[in-house]
Amino acid sequence: MAVTGIAARAPRRTPSLLDLLYRPEVRQVLFQIVLLVALAALFWMIISNTAANLRRQNIASGFGFWNTTAGFDISQTLIPYTNTSTYGRVFWVGLTNTLLVAAIGVVFATIVGFMMGIARLSTNWLIARLATVYVETIRNIPLLLQLFVWYFAVLKNLPPPRQSLELMGVVLNLRGLYLPEPLPQAGFEVPLAVLALGVLASIGIAIWARRRQRLTGAQFHTGLAAFALIVLAPVATFFLAGAPLEFEYPTLRGFNYTGGIVVLPELLALLLGLVIYTGAFIAEIVRAGIQGVPKGQKEAANAIGLSAGQTLRLVVIPQAMRIIIPPLTSNYLNLIKNSSLAVAIAYPDLVSVFAGTVLNQTGQAVEVILITMLVYLTLSLFTSLLMNWFNARMALVER
Amino acid sequence: MQQDLVTGPRIAVASAPMPPPRSEVGLIGWLRHNLFSSWGNALLTVVALYLIWKLIDGIVSWGIIHAVWSGEDGSACRVEGSGACWIFVKAKIAQFIYGRYPEGERWRVDLVFITALAGLLPLMVPRIPGKAWSAGYTFFIFPVIAFWLLTGSASGPGAGPIDLIGLCLAIASVIAFTLSRSSSARVPPQTLRLVGGLCLVLAYPLLVRWLLSTSGLVDLRPVPTELWGGLLVTLVVASVGITGSFPVGIALALGRRSRMPFVRWASVGFIEFVRGVPLITVLFMASVMLPLFLPTGVSFDKLLRALVGVALFAGAYMAETIRGGLQAIPRGQFEAGQALGLSYAQRMGLIILPQALKLVIPGIVNSFVGLFKDTSLVLIIGLFDVLGIVQLNLTDAKWFAPSTAMTGYVFAALVFWVFCFGMSRYSQLIERRLAAGDRR
Repeated sequence: MAVTGIAARAPRRTPSLLDLLYRPEVRQVLFQIVLLVALAALFWMIISNTAANLRRQNIASGFGFWNTTAGFDISQTLIPYTNTSTYGRVFWVGLTNTLLVAAIGVVFATIVGFMMGIARLSTNWLIARLATVYVETIRNIPLLLQLFVWYFAVLKNLPPPRQSLELMGVVLNLRGLYLPEPLPQAGFEVPLAVLALGVLASIGIAIWARRRQRLTGAQFHTGLAAFALIVLAPVATFFLAGAPLEFEYPTLRGFNYTGGIVVLPELLALLLGLVIYTGAFIAEIVRAGIQGVPKGQKEAANAIGLSAGQTLRLVVIPQAMRIIIPPLTSNYLNLIKNSSLAVAIAYPDLVSVFAGTVLNQTGQAVEVILITMLVYLTLSLFTSLLMNWFNARMALVER
Repeated sequence: MQQDLVTGPRIAVASAPMPPPRSEVGLIGWLRHNLFSSWGNALLTVVALYLIWKLIDGIVSWGIIHAVWSGEDGSACRVEGSGACWIFVKAKIAQFIYGRYPEGERWRVDLVFITALAGLLPLMVPRIPGKAWSAGYTFFIFPVIAFWLLTGSASGPGAGPIDLIGLCLAIASVIAFTLSRSSSARVPPQTLRLVGGLCLVLAYPLLVRWLLSTSGLVDLRPVPTELWGGLLVTLVVASVGITGSFPVGIALALGRRSRMPFVRWASVGFIEFVRGVPLITVLFMASVMLPLFLPTGVSFDKLLRALVGVALFAGAYMAETIRGGLQAIPRGQFEAGQALGLSYAQRMGLIILPQALKLVIPGIVNSFVGLFKDTSLVLIIGLFDVLGIVQLNLTDAKWFAPSTAMTGYVFAALVFWVFCFGMSRYSQLIERRLAAGDRR
């Protein structure tokens, strides 16, 4: 109101165009129009230039290449593929290979990260120092360099098949890692069914026990019951059914090993690199999360008589998880995106076979790169959604 | 119980405090507490000692005792049981630093390194005064010198229309500054100063280019960027990426928090898109798709394309870091600025950003360290940074030996580690200095 008073006293002059420019609302609209026009012009220029360049270089556009025969082989295919398959099939092979690395990598990086993060807080001075050295070394060296070390300097220097390193049926040589393959025999369904039933029953018992504790305060040994149902019962039925599981061990035939599950050196190097690199970052997150729980919480838990294990399980971890999950999500996303470095060591992931070989053969850079980017965007979005849901479950419920 | 209550105080009065038990202090006490506090801990200690022994033994015997320190080529390293092939690094060190930069011109690269240090040292060591001068040198004078030294003088035609533009801009800025002094102008002086400053910033590189190309004082042989390599490329990509990503990040962060819906959507779209895709695809885009985007006949240098890609990529991450800082500044600070009658630029530049950036220094440095490591990815689009040049030299048949690869990688890893670790330690120092006001 005071403003109008001052304005009324000020000598009036006719508002000019320049005055209009100084009004924030007008400026905001103008600024946005300028930005919009500039961006539209940029996009129009890009599209028209690209179209002209493609015409000039005689490169086809559109997605017709999707159904063309690819004509090259891929070293690892999770879905049926031959060199007479189409480029579309190549895309799916690459995508499944990427997903394989991402899934295994996320699981192992989490395990390594949590172990190392807890080790950094160990009361044992040496263990804490060792974990610190691990984190500070690995975090400050590029992932690509680590992949090269694992692939070219370590795995490519392994002995040939005839002098393989062998340990309990696991074989490691220049050609890769050979694991014994479990082959379920007739009757294996019985222990499997018991296991499934045990899991279901344990969940039921957990819900019942929690409800009973809430109502009456009486506790129940849920953990023991679950152990008996999930571990003891299936193992017992497994042996009662005559242990219907055999292992196919890799054996040396001629110059190479056959049988068992083969892990290509490329996949092994990629996994080692990704897990060790991301594990170092997760370790720091875990350490920060645990240190972020106020000391008073632990003291309060001690004061009401909780044991060390209970304090950790019921007080520290639930609160630490709230701090840990958001940055953990972004590290999972980083791992998925970093798996694209596979192209440098020739593991046939999406970038390597699709944005690499297919792009080179067809020359259709725009379509191929756009599809690749779209896939990673979708993967990122999906992972964030999943972790946001998990985070919402763990988050502090306030009044 | 009763007994204790009666005797307890009497003992405390009668004797001086007893020294702590031998087993609780000194080396033995430390060992007991930190290494052997329980059976499990003792076991862990033994395992850790074994691991450390294996690690140190492996490093010393591979890197020192069995390492090859003299020889002419790889044959010395092909001997059974030999460790690190240091002569490989010794023979190739010039390549690892300069790439294929012509031998007679390498002093120019050295000079760039020295001039960079001359700007960075006074800027980074807190005790040296004159920060404004060294910042001005580092951000305005040094880049021009470095560009001129690295690319050579005859990189463009002499006087041309582009120099005319530079001259016009310089004149425009002088006019704007003169007008801002006189009080009769209808346009407010700060607007004129802004316009004048903008013109000066744009005119500056053009004028320097013109001066250098026409003066003919020193004639430097042009060196195309295809010949650059090694540490030079790593440092060029990292420093341009770092300085480029910072303004991009600030602009995007402010855009994301803007009240103008279109500005906000554009910023969010860019940030989320770039953060959702791997750097490799951005680099592929810069190297494969960018030439398609440009009008026929116009072509960019490959290194420049990579630089643009890296700066935009890092800018999106920087934006999210800075946004975190902006969100932590209380609304009252912004409103107080408004109450004082400050403009948007003044509010942001003088009040909000200094506080916000101080808050997120660790995050900013983390981005820088990440960017420094990411420079190694340029090898995938055919540029040779430290890692790329090491990788290239490993294919040299003369040096073929089982340990050559590991030696080369260890060298490259040391280079990256020193820079990244140094950066993170330096940021901790700065953080402590800036937090002096919060300590009591």
